[in-house]
Amino acid sequence: MKRPGQLKVYLGYAAGVGKTYRMLDEAQALRAQGVDVAIGYFEPHGRKETIAKTDGLELVPRRVMAYAGTRFEEMDTEAVLRRKPAVAVVDEFAHSNVPGSKNAKRWQDVHELLDAGIGVLTTMNVQHLESLNDQVWQVTGVRVRETIPDWVVDEADECVLVDLTPRALRNRIERGVVYAPEKASRALDNFFAEANLTALRELAIRHTAHEVEEKLMAPRKGERILICLTGHPASANLIRRGKRMADYLRADCLAVHVGPPQVVDETVERHMSFARNLRIQTHVVEGEDVPRTIAEFARAHLVTQIFMGRSSTRPWWKRFGETIVQQVVRQARDIQITIVAQRRR
Amino acid sequence: MTGRSDRRLNPDELLRRVQAEERRERRGRLKIFLGYAPRVGKSLRMFDEGRRRKERGQDVVVAAAQTEVAVSVRQIVSRLEVIPTIDGSIDLPAVFRRHPEVCLIDQLAFNNPPGSRNPERWQDVEEILRQGIAVITAINVQYIREQQAAVERFTGKRATSGIPEKFLHEADEIEVVDAPPDVTMGDPRVLAELRELALLLAADVVDHQLQEYLDSHGVSVSWGAQERILVCLTPRSNARAMLESGQRNARRFHGALLVAYVEQPGLDPADQARLDEYLALARELGAQVHCLQGIDFADTLLQFAHQQRITQIFLGHPQRQRSPVEKLIEAAEDFDVRLFPHPEAK
Repeated sequence: MKRPGQLKVYLGYAAGVGKTYRMLDEAQALRAQGVDVAIGYFEPHGRKETIAKTDGLELVPRRVMAYAGTRFEEMDTEAVLRRKPAVAVVDEFAHSNVPGSKNAKRWQDVHELLDAGIGVLTTMNVQHLESLNDQVWQVTGVRVRETIPDWVVDEADECVLVDLTPRALRNRIERGVVYAPEKASRALDNFFAEANLTALRELAIRHTAHEVEEKLMAPRKGERILICLTGHPASANLIRRGKRMADYLRADCLAVHVGPPQVVDETVERHMSFARNLRIQTHVVEGEDVPRTIAEFARAHLVTQIFMGRSSTRPWWKRFGETIVQQVVRQARDIQITIVAQRRR
Repeated sequence: MTGRSDRRLNPDELLRRVQAEERRERRGRLKIFLGYAPRVGKSLRMFDEGRRRKERGQDVVVAAAQTEVAVSVRQIVSRLEVIPTIDGSIDLPAVFRRHPEVCLIDQLAFNNPPGSRNPERWQDVEEILRQGIAVITAINVQYIREQQAAVERFTGKRATSGIPEKFLHEADEIEVVDAPPDVTMGDPRVLAELRELALLLAADVVDHQLQEYLDSHGVSVSWGAQERILVCLTPRSNARAMLESGQRNARRFHGALLVAYVEQPGLDPADQARLDEYLALARELGAQVHCLQGIDFADTLLQFAHQQRITQIFLGHPQRQRSPVEKLIEAAEDFDVRLFPHPEAK
């Protein structure tokens, strides 16, 4: 869906690479051209050079909220809408609003601005992309909690890479530009270890290339990927991986859960709503014979590839009978089947 | 690339690596800003870095700047010490005499006039680095020789000068200068193609750096930021579908495509002929083909997949119960297994 306002995302790979700085640089350039720019939300992080970049830009006051006895400040979306600048600067696209806010996520606030015809400049790191969540965890050991569905970023009119070499970033941290000194040395040993940064940087560069390519290519139809959902905790990983594959292959993506009649499983429901959040079409089918039902559903929906999680960690020779995966494989010999790795560290 | 591969280094390779590291210690550090088109802001970024380093107390000198530059660049350069060029080429003796800590050099792909000490500027840079002077420089993707055929496809033009891609890979740091194309820069479609090319080149350089870092620190990991697809062929597999799909996946993810088969003794001639045909097709598609030897099909593939940091493995559907494919599915924890229907199942 094309929204009236233009969205531009500054994509980086870690705190301190200079996303906010680049965004404000652009805001200043626009202002110099006579464009009406206002700051909807800006996170100074106490960085002097960045704060200096806001000089002369109008700041829409934040909304102060109390939650659990603590003061929180969020973007005052209503106030920005009333002010209606041509372009709004909204830092930290992946931010989760404090409970009690109108929208749970900042990207939803941004959508309100875009729908009102306000252009938005925003920032995020590659690790906030939902589909990379497991991979990032595997690489860095950090489970990123604030995520953005990939389609939200794909919809952006522009995605700009903000690059800095890991060495330069680590120098910045050492000089205390990014974090206060007591936090800096800990940061350098953990998340900001050179291998982590290099891997995240590669992901950010590749993702920007992907966004550029997306805009070059005509839509392609034909492939259909079906994700088999269960209540298993690894389903989230399965959903992300299947959706990522579908996005890259430009395939349709659907999800199905097969279960006994009249049983509502809360975990399954959560996985289904997670899938819908990522714009996956979800289905619940009643059936006692799970593998057969999956195979039939796949054929009826012209699925070209079935995505499943691994059934069990026990070796096959110690099992009596077949696993669900083995049975689906046997029932659907005519369809491609992908058994997704359960990512671990 | 064919044949078996093994990541472990033999003594000769270790020695070469140690020597390379020693050389690197004496050499000045090289940092390259990589852009995708003129006016994307490379020179500004490079000179701005020079300015900031000078403010932090480093001894910074400009050894080559363009004559026609944006006002913003000229302002920065005017506050830096400049060693004037002679007929456009860097005055190497003057640079060596001055011996600064850091040299700023624009237009890395410049061709020196005939009769110069080196025909090309990047060779001058080599000499400067050998003197232990750090160099910060900038280049556009259309000046990387190995990329020039691709660039020509998009633009219809080929630059008259260039540097070897190896020079980029040997840099200590490269930094991407990215910005969406604006209307004054030219055809947006062509620019988008060039932009993608530059980003993918940068990602490859970074991937090599990551691998080198991990190797040199003795870290063995099964993950990576890049998709690596392994297609396992047997005489009975639907090889064409698997290879085409593998190639499409590799291309869409900008990943690597590997092909392996596990050698089987006493293959009948018809099967052998089919297998040879499949492997020829794989090579034609640009895959690295590996011939593996091992007693157990699943174990051999598993070991190879881990060694190669594979993220997706393509196999034919198992054709009987308790087939090695089933064993592989159960044992594969770090990569996805994708099963393809056999030709007769369609």
